[in-house]
Amino acid sequence: MNLSRRQMLILLPAAAVAWKSVLAGSPEESPNYKMTDHWWGMLIDIPKCIGCGNCVRACATENDVPDGYFRTWVERYHRSDWPMTESGEVTANPLIVPEVISPDGGKEGFPAATDESGKYFFVPKMCNHCVDSPCTQVCPVGATFVAPDGVVLVDPTYCLGCAYCVQACPYGCRYVHPTKEVADKCTLCYHRITKGLTTACCEACPTGARQLVDLKDPKDPIHEFLKTHSVQVLKPQMATGAKLFYNDLDGSVR
Amino acid sequence: MSIFKDAGHLFRFAGLFVLAFLVFLVVRHYVVPKSFGQYGHYRGAAIGEIAQHPAKFAGHEACETCHSDVADKKKAGKHAHVNCEACHGAIFERLPVAEQPKPNLFQRAVALIVRPIPPDPPLLRHAEDPSSVKPVLPDTAMLCARCHMASAAKPKGFPQVVPAEHSNGMPCETCHQPHSPGMDAPVAAAGGAK
Repeated sequence: MNLSRRQMLILLPAAAVAWKSVLAGSPEESPNYKMTDHWWGMLIDIPKCIGCGNCVRACATENDVPDGYFRTWVERYHRSDWPMTESGEVTANPLIVPEVISPDGGKEGFPAATDESGKYFFVPKMCNHCVDSPCTQVCPVGATFVAPDGVVLVDPTYCLGCAYCVQACPYGCRYVHPTKEVADKCTLCYHRITKGLTTACCEACPTGARQLVDLKDPKDPIHEFLKTHSVQVLKPQMATGAKLFYNDLDGSVR
Repeated sequence: MSIFKDAGHLFRFAGLFVLAFLVFLVVRHYVVPKSFGQYGHYRGAAIGEIAQHPAKFAGHEACETCHSDVADKKKAGKHAHVNCEACHGAIFERLPVAEQPKPNLFQRAVALIVRPIPPDPPLLRHAEDPSSVKPVLPDTAMLCARCHMASAAKPKGFPQVVPAEHSNGMPCETCHQPHSPGMDAPVAAAGGAK
């Protein structure tokens, strides 16, 4: 093989780039999945949630979540009409003192609602897959990150288990896995969405209260939904860029 | 070269610095994973590793290839958007260890030498060879109540009942066929657990 110096100079950098990607392995397991074509989030339609706990159980099954830990869970809020003491004194703003319960993450349902007055509703919670996520910013070793398709992931082989991210998440969505001793959280069923499936929680939701959304897909119904509905994110004042969109969210939800 | 007179100790020191820097570069080359920094301050290959986790929910299409009659019935009814696995369980879900069949003496002896491979999930075996495993029918009394038990927190338009008052202790499937629960739908002779 005869190569001129000029040809050699052109080929060498190309070979270097190719070799680098060989060393890195192929990050995209599914051949038709391109990370840059997606920007994942989720829509939670509060008026549709019936608190059955199917999502919590499905998530635990799909992702081998240990008992007592949750990647997603359901809370039941109760906002009384008049937060009064027994003597009839109004004690606080009803919007800031809701009663919140989530027995075993709502896995096996909820006890009967006792107080007839006020407003009861369910709020499913999970990782908000924030654009500017506080949890990824505090990681000292680069073990957690926002992937190019907008999903916040944890690299379990790189995580030290320092739990700094567990403290940093304003939504309480992370935990340290009891046996693996690394940070663990919702991956938005990354192994499913990269294969064209929806998440396990969306798959198991009987009422369509949860919907996986791809904000980079112009045909996704989320764009129309965001235009026509009153949609909120949790703790917008923290500027996390949360991508968990709540339809008809009550002002008392934190 | 009078300015370099008596400067030998400085050069030796600079040499040490250069050597230390080279050692640092070599160590760094072996310690930092190859894909670190590919997309950002993290190991790019981790994305592919996370995507390799096996899925447990196969989706309703997996059931409908055989159970097209149920799929048609479901499509016409109120449970059209409830996926099969939401009630019947995930296809790739293994039985909890407590419910797995007890190994016999021979199997236990073999297990001492070779680590036993857990049996395939029952619904998966059913999907591969329908006659091999008859899946356990879900317990309707528990399953229906999970969604339809009356609660002040549920949306007002959602059908909900207090089972004790509603059915007088009769099983749900006496009147409601789970795949198409409307009362006008024909009631199957046997559906759900007894």
